[in-house]
Amino acid sequence: MRFAACVEVRLRPGIADPEGATIERALPALGFSGVHGIRAGRAFRFEVDAPDEAAARARAQSLAHRLLANPVIEESHLELAPIEGH
Amino acid sequence: MAPRVGVVVFPGTNCEHDVVQAVTWLGGRAELVWHGSGDLGPVDAVVLPGGFAHGDYLRPGAIARFSPVMKAVERFAAAGGPVVGICNGFQVLTEAGLLPGALQKNRHLRFLCTTVGVRVVTSTSVVTGGVAPGTELRIPINHFLGSYVCDRATLARLQAEDRVVLRYVENLNGSVDDIAGIRNAAGNVVGLMPHPERACDPLLGSADGAVLLRSLLEAAASSRAA
Repeated sequence: MRFAACVEVRLRPGIADPEGATIERALPALGFSGVHGIRAGRAFRFEVDAPDEAAARARAQSLAHRLLANPVIEESHLELAPIEGH
Repeated sequence: MAPRVGVVVFPGTNCEHDVVQAVTWLGGRAELVWHGSGDLGPVDAVVLPGGFAHGDYLRPGAIARFSPVMKAVERFAAAGGPVVGICNGFQVLTEAGLLPGALQKNRHLRFLCTTVGVRVVTSTSVVTGGVAPGTELRIPINHFLGSYVCDRATLARLQAEDRVVLRYVENLNGSVDDIAGIRNAAGNVVGLMPHPERACDPLLGSADGAVLLRSLLEAAASSRAA
């Protein structure tokens, strides 16, 4: 089976995020008000071949933990869905 | 015989020739080591120089950590060999788990390219063995991701074990505890953001970096004798 994975990598709470802070400071000049707590991160999309969903999840989690995120400062969130026809 | 220093080159490394030049001026012998090599050759010390290893894609050091040469660097470090990561090399050492913590975007998102004052905190490292604690040095920094971060327990351990090697006199990048360089528990692995190789001749504005690299060459010579 083939699964579509999306891993969101974001800074752990409490780690300073100068990128998010800079975006937030720019918002009033752009006319946006009432927007708070911006945190910048990134997302990775990929496909995983595995016999079942649990195996696909384990493989994607391992990839997220070993490479995509630096556990010292970042955490990751995985979303996984089977791809129809595979 | 002059101590031999292996200078690791990843695709995107760009400070390797500065390190070779500085080591040569100071009486050492420097050899470039390609990142694809699983063998460092007969070296007495290793430098991971500055630059953008593997384009800094994903995060600085995140992909370099999987280069074949890093297995050899890990073995060399585990055997007590002197290993120094400068700037991008420091980032590689943290990603590889040879040093704790991480390097984050600078405070205020500022790219910093300037000469700063740094204070030597301890003589118990391979780059400060010949330098008295408290000595102030003027050394260039050149980085965007140089703000050192680690959790509280790690910081407490670094402080308690005398593992902070250099502190900024003026902290421009927002590093915790003004940290500019740290060492591992044994003292043979050091990472620092300032570039000592760019401050080894008065013509370059400062020759203060030479004391750090001279200490490294002395550590290299004694590591070979051991």
